[in-house]
Amino acid sequence: MLAKRIIPCLDIKDGHTVKGTNFVNLRQAGDPIELGKAYSEQGADELVYLDITASHEGRKTFTELVGKIAREINIPFTVGGGINELKDVERLLNAGADKVSINSAAIRRPELIDEIASHFGSQVCVVAIDAKQTEKGWYCYLNGGRIETERNLFEWAKEANDRGAGEILFTSMNHDGVKNGFADEALRQLSDSLTIPVIASGGAGKKEHFRDTFVNGHSDAALAASVFHFGEIPIPELKKYLINEGINIRI
Amino acid sequence: MDVAIVKYNAGNIFSVINAVKRLGIEPKLTDNAEELRKADKVIFPGQGEANTTMHYLRERGLDKVISSLTQPVLGICIGMQLMCRHSEEEDTDCLGIFNIDVRRFEPVRHEDKVPQMGWNTIENCKSPLFKGFERPEFVYFIHSFYVPMSDFTIASTNYILPYSSALHKDNFYATQFHPEKSGKVGERILQNFIEL
Repeated sequence: MLAKRIIPCLDIKDGHTVKGTNFVNLRQAGDPIELGKAYSEQGADELVYLDITASHEGRKTFTELVGKIAREINIPFTVGGGINELKDVERLLNAGADKVSINSAAIRRPELIDEIASHFGSQVCVVAIDAKQTEKGWYCYLNGGRIETERNLFEWAKEANDRGAGEILFTSMNHDGVKNGFADEALRQLSDSLTIPVIASGGAGKKEHFRDTFVNGHSDAALAASVFHFGEIPIPELKKYLINEGINIRI
Repeated sequence: MDVAIVKYNAGNIFSVINAVKRLGIEPKLTDNAEELRKADKVIFPGQGEANTTMHYLRERGLDKVISSLTQPVLGICIGMQLMCRHSEEEDTDCLGIFNIDVRRFEPVRHEDKVPQMGWNTIENCKSPLFKGFERPEFVYFIHSFYVPMSDFTIASTNYILPYSSALHKDNFYATQFHPEKSGKVGERILQNFIEL
């Protein structure tokens, strides 16, 4: 049976991980490769590296970093941040990334999804969606949650699915950073209406939240950052817990 | 140890090069028939679509070169599917090394998403390729098409139905999963192949 996936997310600025870490035995806590290796050894099923640099120089540094990650890491990894056109995708895949995650650029020009799927295959195309629930429903946001759009979450996710996305990475802005669990109701609606895997993001605070999103949210994978970086939830312990809860997990 | 990797228009080839390098071997990426024939081991990797890749191989005569190799050959993912007789993907005639046809996954329940993407277990492993494994190990898959169970099956996986996750015939070995992305387990499988 296909296992549910646990995915740590690393934010990268100028070639270094941004959020502090609490790992022991790490020579350099800010080194994205050391950190990625440590996660991989702990049992992470995939890694996501998000480039939060804005400058052109930073993009170049990130591409070089992707090449180094590809040489060192033996599990799949996705890269995202600042991907606007097909040639950004090509640059990152050529550097050795397994998948790319696109966000604002896809909402601005949805054809980008079709282009990535037809050039490189759906399996490399992760569409990340930041959305917030208000009185009028779930709506998508651009630029890391700064700009509201008229796009409904469920309609946009379905469109991305139909255009050839390989996976949806949904971050609930209501839940992100609150550590009170994932947006399982919305995740369940997404997962039950789409034909591609859904990755839950935003809200992980305790081990139970992972179980809940797999069981109640029907999520295929769960992504988190700070609970892993600060060692609040060690991955081996999380995986052991999930197995005891009857969830199919890779060990 | 001279390891050649077949150079063709498939994706993900760099991952395989990196994985072989991590084992301390510098592989040679080539589409030259002589270089492929004289290598100790040949890896036929890839990610992509059956029809365009088969077309590319035929245009360059690589189809005949691969089928006639006599040293251990390892096909990976689309490489494995291309080593079969025919694929439902774009109704493609393949290399015919394994006398069996590749089929498309047909979802039975909504949870059966296609492609299968992620970690699943390999079971009933019977090959030196899986030397050292004592339990069903998890490996990484991404695929929409599958090879049914057959006499060539040396490992099986269950997704929608039980199917062949690895094949063997004579000097030809193949895995549907990506050993180059399957952590330590995948590394061991590549190492086992190199040591055949």
